[in-house]
Amino acid sequence: MDAIRLEDVTKTYYRGEIEIPVLRGVSLAIERGEMVALMGASGSGKSTLLNLLGCLDQSSSGRYWLDGVDVSALNRDQLALIRNQKIGFCFQNFNLLPRTSALQNVLMPLSYSYGRLDELASRERAEHLLERVGLKERMDHEPSQLSGGQQQRVAIARALIAQPPVLLADEPTGALDSKTSAEILALFGQLHREEGLTIILVTHEGEVAEHAQRTIHMRDGKIEHDTPTAQLAGAIATRIEG
Amino acid sequence: MRKFIRMMLMAVSALRSNVMRSVLTTLGIVIGTAAVITMMEIGQGASNALQRSIQSVGANNLQVLPGSAAAGGVSKGIGTSRSLTPQDVEAIQRECSAVYDAAPVVGTSLQVVYNSRNTVPAVILGTSPNYLAIRDRQHLIEGKSFDERDVQQANKVCLIGVTLSQTLFDGDSPIGKVIRVQNVPMRVIGLLSAKGSNVMGLDMDDILIAPLTTIKHRIAGTAATQVNQSAAVVTTINTLSQIYPRTGLDLYPIRSQSQVINTPQPIRQTHVNCIAVRAASTPEIDEAKRQITTLLRERHRLAVDELEDFYIRDMTEIVKTFNDSSTSMLRLLLFVALVSLVVGGVGIMNIMLVSVTERTHEIGLRMAVGARARDILTQFLVEAVLLCLIGGGMGILIGRGASELVKYFLAWPVEVSLPAMVAAVIVSFSVGVAFGFYPAWKASRLDPIDALRYE
Repeated sequence: MDAIRLEDVTKTYYRGEIEIPVLRGVSLAIERGEMVALMGASGSGKSTLLNLLGCLDQSSSGRYWLDGVDVSALNRDQLALIRNQKIGFCFQNFNLLPRTSALQNVLMPLSYSYGRLDELASRERAEHLLERVGLKERMDHEPSQLSGGQQQRVAIARALIAQPPVLLADEPTGALDSKTSAEILALFGQLHREEGLTIILVTHEGEVAEHAQRTIHMRDGKIEHDTPTAQLAGAIATRIEG
Repeated sequence: MRKFIRMMLMAVSALRSNVMRSVLTTLGIVIGTAAVITMMEIGQGASNALQRSIQSVGANNLQVLPGSAAAGGVSKGIGTSRSLTPQDVEAIQRECSAVYDAAPVVGTSLQVVYNSRNTVPAVILGTSPNYLAIRDRQHLIEGKSFDERDVQQANKVCLIGVTLSQTLFDGDSPIGKVIRVQNVPMRVIGLLSAKGSNVMGLDMDDILIAPLTTIKHRIAGTAATQVNQSAAVVTTINTLSQIYPRTGLDLYPIRSQSQVINTPQPIRQTHVNCIAVRAASTPEIDEAKRQITTLLRERHRLAVDELEDFYIRDMTEIVKTFNDSSTSMLRLLLFVALVSLVVGGVGIMNIMLVSVTERTHEIGLRMAVGARARDILTQFLVEAVLLCLIGGGMGILIGRGASELVKYFLAWPVEVSLPAMVAAVIVSFSVGVAFGFYPAWKASRLDPIDALRYE
């Protein structure tokens, strides 16, 4: 089953009388366990697409299935529930709560879950996740005491706390230096391989996209091209030749 | 319950992240609540002090006074006639079920002398032994009270109040000392405990109490009608009868001057100036008044259309007047205090609105990870309410402190008022809900995308 399926999705904003079409018919299928890079110049509609994929916004027309659920028909509260349980978010500027420990930051989404874990199990899971992203020693640190890379790791742990099938990352390395970027991308790759997470990365940088199996280029509200990554293509080519 | 605790913790950490602002925000509520608490405590204290000063006259008190005597069409005001007798007192004791007890009282105002000291006490009373119980004065500092025997034999004994004792004996024990009243030597047998001023401002400790008969017949009785000075004028003021001699027949032959001198008729008037009555209970005061009126009308043989020759004074009327004025004052002050609470609430709303704007990013994030609109609404509402409750709590403490200061420095009577505290908590909770709702609602209406993008 596809993790994500879009059928002819459009999005139009209205500024007074003027219509501003941002997405003009996007159809897309992403399988479970795929790692996809979403690229495009600013204004190409990739942020809008990501918002739609993240259920933060709803399309003007077309349909969207997330993990088999038709999301286009849900109301605000139902969307909130979907965001809580099916989607993890990572942001360019991390968006951690200030003056709150890393552990509490990671635990935060659980306070909006139904069928909540008890205090101890939640804590255990959060500690495990922080260990996973390599911050076991810094659980009690506040964001201001952490470096950019560490903050992004906390954000990744937070995105995973509710065990969602899909992870959306909006330019996760945009605010980081190249060394840290590489580490974060390696972490994404690891999560993808080991947990079978479906990951969608929005990025400007070609190198980032290289970590993905597939790259989707957006232009003027449409998918320009949707190709497997060169490496992967190369690998397939080698296999065919060999 | 866990969810509640989690929400509380969340609100506490949000408030703690900006302590100074939280404190300043809640200041309005603190001052408002403190004002309300202080007002209520002072009001309560004043009202209780009033109750006590009314009690000092004696609880459930009634006074039966004789009506006005009229001589030749000239009325001399209440208390001047001689309509009340000791027999009336006995009848009231016997027949009025709503009356706890009654005692006859004669009063006078005379000089009291001990050695080189002299004074005119505010009150000199002649009465029966049960008077002390009726007016709540049974407790004696020293000595003992007089008894029925002293009344029957008109023994020359008396009880005195602390003020009088101080004036005459200057701190020495008065017991056993002999003082002179109108040249009658009287032995002091008891010292009354302090009572303070009564509602009229009369010092109830500048007092001399003696058996009814002693005052009536030995002291005031030397001029038989002098018991009540205003009443005493009766005999001399009746000049009209000399101008217009009565024409009716006399029942007895007129005695000549020499006959009058040779066979003086003993005049032993027994009327009393006042009857002190204690109703069985406060709700029965009206019933007691009705019963006494009926009984005395009957005993005094008054026709249905005739006016009463006595008058019943009821302390509750005075009490009511005092109470009314103090409660209306208190209401006014409370209203002012409530206005300051509302102003405090506006302050809360203002700061919560700022806080919502400032934390737009956080709200967006919370929504992105699955907070529903109502979760955000609850979060901010809980914060506002918590802020107000903390303010209310601090207000209660400060208000208590302020009223303790008032008690300490101004010596005003202050009473801890539990209802005021409960009201303060309820009011600050409601202020929190009322003024926290709009900012919280605004926060919950934010669009997650806009909120996330907000810089």
